[in-house]
Amino acid sequence: MLEVKNLEKSYQKDKTALKDISFSIEPGKFVAIIGPSGAGKTTILRSLNQLIKDDSGQILLDNQDLRTANKAELRKHRRQIGMIFQNYNLVERLTVIENVLHGRLGYKSTLAGVFGRYTEDEKKEAMVLLDKVGLKEFALQRCSELSGGQKQRVGIARSLIQHPKVILCDEPIASLDPISAQTVMQLLKELTEEFNIICIANLHQINIAKKYADQIIGIRKGELVFDEPAADLSEATLAELYDQPVTKELK
Amino acid sequence: MISNSNETVFQRQPEAPQSEKIILHKNSLSRVMIGFVLMGLAVITVFTLLHLDSANVQLGEAFHSLRETLTQIFIHPNVGSDSFSMLLSALGISLLLAIITTIIGAVIGFFLAIMASRNLTNRYLSAGIRVFMAVVRAIPTIIWVLIFSIVCGLGTTAAVLGLSFHSVAYLTKAYSESIEEIDQSTIEALKVTGSKFWVIVFQAIWPTTMASLISWTFIRLEINFANAVAVGAAAGAGGIGYQLFVAGNMSFDFHEVGMIVYMVIAVTFLLEFVAVKLRRVYLAK
Amino acid sequence: MTGSIKYLSQKHWRQTGVIALVGAIYLICSWILQYNNLAGITAVPKAFAWLGTNFMPTADSMSHVPQIWTKLMQTVLLAIASTVVAAVIAIFVALLGSKVTGFNWVVQTATRGIASFFRNIPLVAWAMILLFSFKQSDFTGFLALLLMSVGYLIRAFMEIIEDEASETTLALKATGASYFQIIFQAVLPQILPSLISWVLYMIENNVRDATLVGILTGTGIGFIFDLYYKSFRFDAAGMTVLAIILVVIILEVLSNQIRKVIL
Repeated sequence: MLEVKNLEKSYQKDKTALKDISFSIEPGKFVAIIGPSGAGKTTILRSLNQLIKDDSGQILLDNQDLRTANKAELRKHRRQIGMIFQNYNLVERLTVIENVLHGRLGYKSTLAGVFGRYTEDEKKEAMVLLDKVGLKEFALQRCSELSGGQKQRVGIARSLIQHPKVILCDEPIASLDPISAQTVMQLLKELTEEFNIICIANLHQINIAKKYADQIIGIRKGELVFDEPAADLSEATLAELYDQPVTKELK
Repeated sequence: MISNSNETVFQRQPEAPQSEKIILHKNSLSRVMIGFVLMGLAVITVFTLLHLDSANVQLGEAFHSLRETLTQIFIHPNVGSDSFSMLLSALGISLLLAIITTIIGAVIGFFLAIMASRNLTNRYLSAGIRVFMAVVRAIPTIIWVLIFSIVCGLGTTAAVLGLSFHSVAYLTKAYSESIEEIDQSTIEALKVTGSKFWVIVFQAIWPTTMASLISWTFIRLEINFANAVAVGAAAGAGGIGYQLFVAGNMSFDFHEVGMIVYMVIAVTFLLEFVAVKLRRVYLAK
Repeated sequence: MTGSIKYLSQKHWRQTGVIALVGAIYLICSWILQYNNLAGITAVPKAFAWLGTNFMPTADSMSHVPQIWTKLMQTVLLAIASTVVAAVIAIFVALLGSKVTGFNWVVQTATRGIASFFRNIPLVAWAMILLFSFKQSDFTGFLALLLMSVGYLIRAFMEIIEDEASETTLALKATGASYFQIIFQAVLPQILPSLISWVLYMIENNVRDATLVGILTGTGIGFIFDLYYKSFRFDAAGMTVLAIILVVIILEVLSNQIRKVIL
C-alpha cells in the first residue's frame, strides 16, 4: 500500500510545483497520472523515490516514511521501487543482461557491485525475466543495437529484478511508435497483476490511460484535480483538466 | 590484434552447451580493443616513467625551488625591468598575430574545405587535399615559423605565415567535417532547382553550418593566441612570448614572468567569453 | 510580403557588413603588425622552392637517422606517458567536478576554475618555470606536457560525463545503487570509449607540442631539430621534419582505426 499525504514542493520561493497532493494506491493496481505538460507529473513521480527532494508531506510505503529515511535507509527503500524512463536510461555499451542485473546493485555490497559480481541465481533470474519480456535471445547483445521498444522492455526487466513493490514509469511510451507502445503498456499491465505490485505511469495519451489504467489521477498546475477509477472518468472532468474539450484525444 | 580477434571466434563456439554458467558478455572486438589499448598505454607509460632521464636532479630540492618560483610568479607578480605599457603593447602584438592568422586560416580553410568535402566534390580532389593537409598539420607550428624565418627573416612575416599554415590545415579539416554532416537532401533540394555550385555553397552550406564554423574558428583563435605566445618565445618572433622568454630564460625575473602569465590568462579568458557570447547570438538565430 | 523582402535585404546588408568588418580588422592588423601582404604571398613559393633545394635529405643525412629516430621515439614515449598520467588525474578530478557525479557546487566550481587556469597558462611558461627547477631533462618536458594536458582533459572529461552518463546515473540511483557502484557500473563503462578517443587525440597533440617544449627545454626531437637548424645542417633538419610527419601521420591513422572499432 502506497500512501502520499500532503506532499508540497516549490523550486523557487513563491513558485510552487506541487500543492497538497494526497492519494493512496492498493497493490496490484495500475495507476496513470495525466495532465498538461509542466503540471508537475514528473515531480510527483520523482518525489516518490526521492530523486527529487520535496519540501513537506509524507510518503508511506507499507507504513514506512521514505522522506525521513537517512542515506542507507533510502537506498533500501529505493530498491523496492523500480523506475522506467522515457529515454530508457540504459548503459548502452553494456549487454542486455548486464543492464538487467544493474537492478540488483541495491542488494549488493559496494565492492561486489563495483566489480559486477553477480550470483548464478541472480543471472538465472535475469534470464527468466528477459524471457518474460520476450528478449531471451538478445541477452548478450549490446543495448545500443536494440530498437526503442526493446530497450524499454530491458528497462522493465531491470526494474522487476529489484523485486519491487512499486514501479514508477516516467513517460514510458513517449519515445515509442504506436505498436511498441501497446506492447510495453500491455506488458506493464500484466506484470502489475502477476506480481501484485503498484505501477504508476505518467502518460500524455488519455485514451491509453483509460485503456490500461485501473485508477487515474489528474494533475493541473501542481494540484490534484481528480483521483478516480478509470471507468468513472467523464469528458467534463477531463475538459476541466486541460482547459478544453478532449473528445478527439479519447478516440 | 589479429590473434585477439581469433580468440573471440573460439570463445563464441561453446556458448550453446554452457547452460549452468550464464555469461554476461561476449568478447566483442570493441571490448578486446579497449582492453588492448588500455593495456598498451599502461605498459608504455610505466616503461617510460622508469626510464625517464631526470639529469640527476634532486627531486626534493627541485620541488622546493619550484614552490619558491611559483610563489614569485603567482603571489608576487610585477612588471620587472619593463614598463607595463610596453608589456601591454607586446600582448597586443600577440593578440593581433592570432587574429590575422585566424582570418587567413578561416578564409582559405573555408574554400579548401568546400573542395575537400566528400559530399560536394569528386573523390580524388577531396582525397588529395586531405592528404596534403594532413602533412601540413603533422608539422608543428614552431617548425613552420622557423622554416619561414630562413626565407623572409625572423619577424612578423615569418610568424604570420608559419601560424597561418597550421591554421589553414586545421580549419580545413574541422570545416569539412561540419560540412559533411549536412543532410544530403538540403543540397539535393537546391541541385534539382538547377542552382550553380557556388549558389548552393552560399545559400545552403554557408547558412546551415554557420554556427559550427564560428565555433571552430574561435577555438582556433584561442589556439593561435597560445601558438603566437609560443613562437614568440621559441623562435624569437616577437610579442609577449618573446618578453616571457627574456624574463624567464635570460634575466630569470619570475616576478615579471608572473605578470606576463596573468596577462596572457586574462586575454584567453576574454577570448573564451567573446566566443561563448557570439555562439549564443548565432545559435539563437 | 514587403516585410520579408525588407528582412532579406537587411540580412544581405548585415552579411556585407560582417565581411567588411572582418576585412577591416585584417587590414588594421597587418598595418599595426607591419605585415607586408605582398611579401608574405611571394614568400610562400620562395619558401617551398628553398625547402626543395636545401631541406631535401641527401644520402649524407641518412647517417643522422639513428640519432633522429632515438630522439623521436623518446619524444613519442614522453608524450604518451604524460598524457596517460594526466588522464588518470583528470578522470578523478572530473568525477569530483562534473554536475552529474560531483560532490557539491563548491567543489564543482573550484574544479572548473582550476582546470581552466591550468589550461590557459602558456605551455612556454610551464616549460620555463620547470626548466629553472628541474634543469635540462626529460622530466622537465614530461611535467610541462602533463600540466598542460591535465587542464584540457579535465574539461573534456567533465563534458563527456555530463553528456553521456547523466541518464544512466539517474536510473541506477533509482535502483538504490551506491555512489561507487554507479561510477563503476554505469559511468565508466559508458564513457570509456570517448575517454580513450580524447586520450588518443591528446597524444597526437602532445607529440607536436613536445617539439616546442623540446626546443625550450633542450630535450627530445625539438632539441635535435634546433641543433641541426642552428648549425645550418638543413638536410638533417629536413630529415627530422620528415620523421615527425611520418610518426604523427602514423599515430593519426592508428588512432582513427582504434576509434572506428571502439566507438
